[in-house]
Amino acid sequence: MASAANAHIQYLLHLADNALVLGQRNAEWCGCGPVLEEDIAMANISVDLIGQARMLYQHAANLKGDGATEDTLAYFRDAPDFRNFTLLELPHSEPGNGSGVRDYAVTIVRNFLYSALMVLRWEALRQSTDAQLAAIAERSVKETRYHLRHSRDWLVRMGDGTAESHAKTQAAWHHLMPYTAEFWTECAVEQEACVGGIAVAGASLRDDWQGVVNDAAREATLTSPVAIRSPDGTMARPIAWPQGKHGDHSPCLAPLLAEMQSLARQHPGATW
Amino acid sequence: MTLANEWPLWEVFVRSKQGLEHKHSGSLHAVDATQALQMARDVYTRRQEGVSIWVVPSTAITASAPDDKAEFFDPAGDKIYRHPTFYKIPDAVGHM
Repeated sequence: MASAANAHIQYLLHLADNALVLGQRNAEWCGCGPVLEEDIAMANISVDLIGQARMLYQHAANLKGDGATEDTLAYFRDAPDFRNFTLLELPHSEPGNGSGVRDYAVTIVRNFLYSALMVLRWEALRQSTDAQLAAIAERSVKETRYHLRHSRDWLVRMGDGTAESHAKTQAAWHHLMPYTAEFWTECAVEQEACVGGIAVAGASLRDDWQGVVNDAAREATLTSPVAIRSPDGTMARPIAWPQGKHGDHSPCLAPLLAEMQSLARQHPGATW
Repeated sequence: MTLANEWPLWEVFVRSKQGLEHKHSGSLHAVDATQALQMARDVYTRRQEGVSIWVVPSTAITASAPDDKAEFFDPAGDKIYRHPTFYKIPDAVGHM
Protein backbone atom coordinates (compact mmCIF):
# COMPACT_ATOMS: atom_id res chain seq x y z
CA MET A 1 0.00 0.00 0.00
CA ALA A 2 2.83 2.34 0.92
CA SER A 3 4.38 1.56 -2.42
CA ALA A 4 1.20 2.43 -4.33
CA ALA A 5 0.84 5.71 -2.45
CA ASN A 6 4.48 6.50 -3.15
CA ALA A 7 4.10 5.66 -6.83
CA HIS A 8 1.12 8.02 -6.99
CA ILE A 9 3.20 10.90 -5.60
CA GLN A 10 6.22 10.05 -7.74
CA TYR A 11 4.06 10.03 -10.86
CA LEU A 12 2.66 13.46 -10.02
CA LEU A 13 6.21 14.71 -9.44
CA HIS A 14 7.26 13.36 -12.84
CA LEU A 15 4.46 15.35 -14.50
CA ALA A 16 5.22 18.44 -12.40
CA ASP A 17 8.98 18.30 -12.96
CA ASN A 18 8.45 18.02 -16.72
CA ALA A 19 6.35 21.16 -16.76
CA LEU A 20 8.58 23.14 -14.39
CA VAL A 21 11.88 22.32 -16.10
CA LEU A 22 10.60 23.07 -19.61
CA GLY A 23 8.86 26.21 -18.35
CA GLN A 24 12.11 27.41 -16.80
CA ARG A 25 14.12 26.56 -19.92
CA ASN A 26 11.74 28.33 -22.28
CA ALA A 27 11.63 31.36 -19.99
CA GLU A 28 15.28 31.96 -20.94
CA TRP A 29 13.90 33.53 -24.12
CA CYS A 30 11.99 36.13 -22.13
CA GLY A 31 13.24 39.54 -23.25
CA CYS A 32 15.41 38.17 -26.06
CA GLY A 33 13.04 36.26 -28.31
CA PRO A 34 13.54 36.37 -32.09
CA VAL A 35 10.78 38.99 -32.48
CA LEU A 36 8.63 40.81 -29.94
CA GLU A 37 5.43 38.88 -30.75
CA GLU A 38 7.20 35.53 -30.42
CA ASP A 39 8.89 36.61 -27.21
CA ILE A 40 5.45 37.14 -25.66
CA ALA A 41 4.10 33.88 -27.09
CA MET A 42 6.96 31.89 -25.59
CA ALA A 43 6.60 33.63 -22.23
CA ASN A 44 2.88 32.75 -22.27
CA ILE A 45 3.78 29.10 -22.86
CA SER A 46 6.25 29.17 -19.97
CA VAL A 47 3.63 30.63 -17.66
CA ASP A 48 1.17 27.91 -18.72
CA LEU A 49 3.75 25.22 -17.95
CA ILE A 50 4.71 26.69 -14.59
CA GLY A 51 1.00 26.97 -13.75
CA GLN A 52 0.57 23.27 -14.54
CA ALA A 53 3.60 22.47 -12.37
CA ARG A 54 2.14 24.46 -9.47
CA MET A 55 -1.17 22.58 -9.53
CA LEU A 56 0.63 19.25 -9.65
CA TYR A 57 3.09 20.14 -6.87
CA GLN A 58 0.27 21.39 -4.64
CA HIS A 59 -1.59 18.13 -5.18
CA ALA A 60 1.54 16.04 -4.55
CA ALA A 61 2.34 18.06 -1.41
CA ASN A 62 -1.16 17.43 -0.01
CA LEU A 63 -0.76 13.70 -0.57
CA LYS A 64 2.74 13.69 0.84
CA GLY A 65 1.95 15.68 3.98
CA ASP A 66 4.80 16.03 6.43
CA GLY A 67 5.17 19.77 5.83
CA ALA A 68 5.63 19.47 2.06
CA THR A 69 4.50 22.44 -0.03
CA GLU A 70 4.72 23.32 -3.70
CA ASP A 71 7.81 25.37 -2.83
CA THR A 72 9.65 22.61 -0.96
CA LEU A 73 9.03 20.29 -3.91
CA ALA A 74 10.12 22.79 -6.56
CA TYR A 75 12.95 24.58 -4.77
CA PHE A 76 14.38 22.22 -2.18
CA ARG A 77 14.92 19.01 -4.12
CA ASP A 78 18.20 18.43 -5.97
CA ALA A 79 18.84 17.22 -9.51
CA PRO A 80 18.89 13.46 -8.71
CA ASP A 81 15.43 13.84 -7.12
CA PHE A 82 13.92 15.37 -10.25
CA ARG A 83 11.94 13.01 -12.49
CA ASN A 84 11.56 15.07 -15.68
CA PHE A 85 12.44 13.67 -19.10
CA THR A 86 16.05 14.49 -20.03
CA LEU A 87 14.79 16.06 -23.28
CA LEU A 88 13.31 18.97 -21.33
CA GLU A 89 16.47 20.04 -19.47
CA LEU A 90 18.77 20.30 -22.51
CA PRO A 91 19.95 23.80 -23.42
CA HIS A 92 18.54 25.60 -26.45
CA SER A 93 21.83 25.35 -28.32
CA GLU A 94 22.84 22.63 -30.76
CA PRO A 95 25.40 20.15 -29.38
CA GLY A 96 28.92 21.06 -30.43
CA ASN A 97 28.01 24.71 -30.46
CA GLY A 98 30.59 25.77 -27.91
CA SER A 99 29.40 29.35 -27.90
CA GLY A 100 26.15 28.17 -26.33
CA VAL A 101 24.13 30.52 -28.54
CA ARG A 102 20.44 29.67 -28.26
CA ASP A 103 18.88 28.22 -31.39
CA TYR A 104 15.14 28.71 -31.83
CA ALA A 105 14.94 25.54 -33.93
CA VAL A 106 15.89 23.48 -30.85
CA THR A 107 13.25 25.31 -28.81
CA ILE A 108 10.53 24.68 -31.37
CA VAL A 109 11.39 21.05 -32.10
CA ARG A 110 11.46 20.23 -28.39
CA ASN A 111 8.17 21.99 -27.69
CA PHE A 112 6.62 20.12 -30.60
CA LEU A 113 7.85 16.66 -29.54
CA TYR A 114 6.79 17.22 -25.92
CA SER A 115 3.45 18.92 -26.64
CA ALA A 116 2.50 16.14 -29.07
CA LEU A 117 3.01 13.68 -26.21
CA MET A 118 1.28 15.79 -23.57
CA VAL A 119 -1.89 16.40 -25.60
CA LEU A 120 -2.33 12.60 -25.69
CA ARG A 121 -1.38 12.17 -22.04
CA TRP A 122 -3.68 14.92 -20.76
CA GLU A 123 -6.54 13.62 -22.91
CA ALA A 124 -6.13 10.18 -21.33
CA LEU A 125 -5.57 11.52 -17.80
CA ARG A 126 -8.97 13.22 -17.87
CA GLN A 127 -10.22 9.72 -17.02
CA SER A 128 -7.79 9.25 -14.12
CA THR A 129 -9.26 7.76 -10.94
CA ASP A 130 -7.46 10.61 -9.15
CA ALA A 131 -10.19 13.26 -9.49
CA GLN A 132 -7.77 16.10 -8.79
CA LEU A 133 -5.38 14.91 -11.49
CA ALA A 134 -8.32 14.50 -13.89
CA ALA A 135 -9.31 18.14 -13.23
CA ILE A 136 -5.73 19.33 -13.82
CA ALA A 137 -5.70 17.35 -17.08
CA GLU A 138 -8.97 18.92 -18.19
CA ARG A 139 -7.50 22.38 -17.83
CA SER A 140 -4.02 21.54 -19.13
CA VAL A 141 -5.15 19.83 -22.31
CA LYS A 142 -6.50 23.13 -23.66
CA GLU A 143 -3.23 24.93 -22.96
CA THR A 144 -1.19 22.10 -24.41
CA ARG A 145 -3.25 21.93 -27.61
CA TYR A 146 -2.28 25.55 -28.18
CA HIS A 147 1.39 24.78 -27.44
CA LEU A 148 1.22 22.02 -30.05
CA ARG A 149 -0.41 24.30 -32.59
CA HIS A 150 2.20 27.00 -31.97
CA SER A 151 5.23 24.71 -32.22
CA ARG A 152 3.87 22.70 -35.16
CA ASP A 153 3.19 25.91 -37.05
CA TRP A 154 6.79 27.07 -36.63
CA LEU A 155 8.14 23.58 -37.29
CA VAL A 156 6.52 23.57 -40.73
CA ARG A 157 7.45 27.17 -41.49
CA MET A 158 11.11 26.62 -40.60
CA GLY A 159 11.44 23.06 -41.92
CA ASP A 160 9.82 23.96 -45.23
CA GLY A 161 11.37 27.44 -45.27
CA THR A 162 14.76 28.65 -46.47
CA ALA A 163 17.80 26.40 -46.90
CA GLU A 164 19.23 27.79 -43.66
CA SER A 165 16.06 27.38 -41.61
CA HIS A 166 15.61 23.85 -42.96
CA ALA A 167 19.19 22.88 -42.07
CA LYS A 168 18.83 24.21 -38.53
CA THR A 169 15.47 22.52 -37.98
CA GLN A 170 16.73 19.23 -39.40
CA ALA A 171 19.79 19.38 -37.13
CA ALA A 172 17.59 20.03 -34.09
CA TRP A 173 15.32 17.14 -35.16
CA HIS A 174 18.27 14.71 -35.31
CA HIS A 175 19.69 16.04 -32.06
CA LEU A 176 16.51 15.74 -30.00
CA MET A 177 14.69 12.72 -31.47
CA PRO A 178 16.81 10.09 -29.64
CA TYR A 179 15.78 11.60 -26.31
CA THR A 180 12.14 10.74 -27.03
CA ALA A 181 13.01 7.04 -26.59
CA GLU A 182 12.56 7.74 -22.89
CA PHE A 183 8.86 8.45 -23.44
CA TRP A 184 8.25 4.73 -23.97
CA THR A 185 10.72 2.83 -21.79
CA GLU A 186 9.55 0.83 -18.80
CA CYS A 187 8.97 2.69 -15.60
CA ALA A 188 8.06 0.97 -12.32
CA VAL A 189 6.42 4.11 -10.91
CA GLU A 190 4.20 4.51 -13.95
CA GLN A 191 3.25 0.80 -13.95
CA GLU A 192 2.34 0.92 -10.27
CA ALA A 193 0.30 4.10 -10.74
CA CYS A 194 -1.48 2.54 -13.73
CA VAL A 195 -2.69 -0.39 -11.62
CA GLY A 196 -4.99 1.89 -9.67
CA GLY A 197 -6.07 3.77 -12.80
CA ILE A 198 -4.25 6.94 -11.73
CA ALA A 199 -1.72 7.08 -14.56
CA VAL A 200 -1.80 6.33 -18.26
CA ALA A 201 0.73 3.88 -19.72
CA GLY A 202 3.12 5.97 -21.80
CA ALA A 203 3.79 3.17 -24.28
CA SER A 204 0.08 2.95 -25.15
CA LEU A 205 0.28 6.44 -26.69
CA ARG A 206 3.25 5.69 -28.90
CA ASP A 207 1.43 4.93 -32.17
CA ASP A 208 -0.73 8.03 -31.92
CA TRP A 209 2.29 10.18 -31.10
CA GLN A 210 4.25 8.70 -33.99
CA GLY A 211 1.36 9.53 -36.31
CA VAL A 212 1.32 13.17 -35.22
CA VAL A 213 5.11 13.41 -35.54
CA ASN A 214 5.31 11.71 -38.96
CA ASP A 215 2.54 13.90 -40.30
CA ALA A 216 4.29 17.10 -39.21
CA ALA A 217 7.70 15.86 -40.39
CA ARG A 218 6.30 15.21 -43.85
CA GLU A 219 4.81 18.68 -44.03
CA ALA A 220 8.01 20.24 -42.70
CA THR A 221 10.14 18.18 -45.15
CA LEU A 222 12.17 16.70 -42.28
CA THR A 223 13.69 13.23 -42.35
CA SER A 224 13.94 11.04 -39.27
CA PRO A 225 16.70 8.54 -38.56
CA VAL A 226 15.45 5.15 -39.78
CA ALA A 227 16.58 3.46 -36.59
CA ILE A 228 19.04 4.15 -33.87
CA ARG A 229 21.80 1.59 -34.25
CA SER A 230 25.08 0.95 -32.52
CA PRO A 231 28.26 0.62 -34.65
CA ASP A 232 28.00 -3.19 -34.94
CA GLY A 233 24.59 -2.84 -36.55
CA THR A 234 22.47 -4.10 -33.68
CA MET A 235 19.87 -1.86 -32.15
CA ALA A 236 21.36 0.41 -29.55
CA ARG A 237 19.68 0.12 -26.19
CA PRO A 238 17.60 3.18 -25.36
CA ILE A 239 19.56 3.38 -22.13
CA ALA A 240 22.37 4.99 -24.16
CA TRP A 241 20.76 8.32 -23.30
CA PRO A 242 20.31 9.32 -19.66
CA GLN A 243 16.75 8.72 -18.54
CA GLY A 244 15.69 11.63 -16.40
CA LYS A 245 12.43 10.00 -15.38
CA HIS A 246 14.53 7.59 -13.28
CA GLY A 247 16.61 10.46 -11.88
CA ASP A 248 19.47 9.83 -14.32
CA HIS A 249 20.05 13.29 -15.79
CA SER A 250 22.37 15.04 -18.21
CA PRO A 251 24.84 17.55 -16.72
CA CYS A 252 22.53 20.34 -17.93
CA LEU A 253 19.90 20.00 -15.20
CA ALA A 254 21.93 20.97 -12.14
CA PRO A 255 22.90 24.48 -13.41
CA LEU A 256 19.29 25.13 -14.46
CA LEU A 257 18.05 24.19 -10.98
CA ALA A 258 20.82 26.17 -9.28
CA GLU A 259 19.66 29.34 -11.02
CA MET A 260 15.97 28.64 -10.45
CA GLN A 261 16.33 27.63 -6.79
CA SER A 262 18.93 30.12 -5.59
CA LEU A 263 16.50 32.83 -4.51
CA ALA A 264 14.23 30.50 -2.54
CA ARG A 265 17.27 28.93 -0.87
CA GLN A 266 18.82 32.24 0.12
CA HIS A 267 15.55 33.40 1.66
CA PRO A 268 13.77 30.25 2.89
CA GLY A 269 10.11 30.83 3.66
CA ALA A 270 10.08 34.28 2.05
CA THR A 271 6.70 35.38 0.69
CA TRP A 272 5.60 38.11 -1.68
CA MET B 1 15.99 43.08 -36.34
CA THR B 2 15.90 43.26 -40.13
CA LEU B 3 13.64 40.19 -40.08
CA ALA B 4 10.92 42.02 -38.14
CA ASN B 5 11.14 44.91 -40.57
CA GLU B 6 10.39 42.61 -43.48
CA TRP B 7 7.27 41.12 -41.94
CA PRO B 8 4.05 42.90 -42.87
CA LEU B 9 2.08 44.84 -40.29
CA TRP B 10 -1.41 43.76 -39.18
CA GLU B 11 -4.11 45.66 -37.30
CA VAL B 12 -5.80 43.68 -34.55
CA PHE B 13 -9.46 43.99 -33.56
CA VAL B 14 -10.79 42.18 -30.49
CA ARG B 15 -14.36 41.63 -29.33
CA SER B 16 -14.74 41.30 -25.57
CA LYS B 17 -17.17 38.92 -23.89
CA GLN B 18 -19.69 41.69 -23.24
CA GLY B 19 -18.84 43.71 -26.32
CA LEU B 20 -21.04 43.78 -29.39
CA GLU B 21 -18.36 44.96 -31.79
CA HIS B 22 -14.69 44.39 -32.45
CA LYS B 23 -12.51 47.21 -31.21
CA HIS B 24 -9.05 48.13 -32.39
CA SER B 25 -6.47 46.79 -29.93
CA GLY B 26 -3.20 47.54 -31.68
CA SER B 27 -0.94 46.14 -34.34
CA LEU B 28 1.74 43.51 -34.80
CA HIS B 29 4.13 42.01 -37.32
CA ALA B 30 3.50 38.55 -38.78
CA VAL B 31 4.31 36.71 -41.98
CA ASP B 32 0.70 35.83 -42.87
CA ALA B 33 -2.88 36.04 -41.61
CA THR B 34 -2.82 32.70 -39.78
CA GLN B 35 0.27 33.65 -37.86
CA ALA B 36 -1.06 37.14 -37.21
CA LEU B 37 -4.16 35.62 -35.62
CA GLN B 38 -2.09 33.39 -33.35
CA MET B 39 0.22 36.21 -32.37
CA ALA B 40 -2.76 38.47 -31.72
CA ARG B 41 -4.07 35.79 -29.37
CA ASP B 42 -0.78 35.85 -27.48
CA VAL B 43 -0.21 39.58 -27.48
CA TYR B 44 -3.72 41.03 -27.07
CA THR B 45 -5.88 38.43 -25.27
CA ARG B 46 -3.58 37.27 -22.47
CA ARG B 47 -5.75 38.88 -19.83
CA GLN B 48 -9.10 37.55 -21.03
CA GLU B 49 -9.71 40.61 -23.17
CA GLY B 50 -11.54 38.78 -25.91
CA VAL B 51 -13.63 35.98 -27.34
CA SER B 52 -13.09 36.85 -31.02
CA ILE B 53 -10.22 38.34 -33.03
CA TRP B 54 -9.98 39.97 -36.46
CA VAL B 55 -6.69 40.75 -38.16
CA VAL B 56 -6.47 43.07 -41.15
CA PRO B 57 -3.40 43.94 -43.22
CA SER B 58 -2.49 47.50 -42.26
CA THR B 59 -2.04 48.29 -45.94
CA ALA B 60 -5.76 47.53 -46.48
CA ILE B 61 -6.73 50.47 -44.32
CA THR B 62 -7.19 53.86 -45.94
CA ALA B 63 -6.85 56.57 -43.32
CA SER B 64 -7.87 60.21 -43.38
CA ALA B 65 -4.96 62.61 -43.64
CA PRO B 66 -4.08 64.88 -40.71
CA ASP B 67 -3.98 67.80 -43.17
CA ASP B 68 -7.68 67.26 -43.94
CA LYS B 69 -8.65 67.72 -40.30
CA ALA B 70 -10.01 71.25 -40.75
CA GLU B 71 -12.37 70.54 -43.63
CA PHE B 72 -13.25 67.03 -42.52
CA PHE B 73 -14.09 67.51 -38.88
CA ASP B 74 -14.29 71.15 -37.85
CA PRO B 75 -17.60 71.86 -39.65
CA ALA B 76 -19.40 69.41 -37.33
CA GLY B 77 -18.28 71.37 -34.30
CA ASP B 78 -21.13 73.88 -34.10
CA LYS B 79 -24.05 71.73 -35.21
CA ILE B 80 -25.36 70.61 -31.88
CA TYR B 81 -28.84 70.09 -33.38
CA ARG B 82 -27.44 66.89 -34.87
CA HIS B 83 -27.35 65.35 -31.38
CA PRO B 84 -30.68 63.75 -30.41
CA THR B 85 -30.81 65.69 -27.16
CA PHE B 86 -33.79 67.87 -28.14
CA TYR B 87 -36.30 65.07 -28.25
CA LYS B 88 -38.53 64.11 -25.34
CA ILE B 89 -38.40 60.35 -24.76
CA PRO B 90 -41.85 58.95 -23.85
CA ASP B 91 -41.80 57.18 -20.47
CA ALA B 92 -42.98 53.96 -22.12
CA VAL B 93 -39.72 53.72 -24.04
CA GLY B 94 -37.72 53.45 -20.85
CA HIS B 95 -33.95 53.56 -20.84
CA MET B 96 -32.35 54.06 -24.23
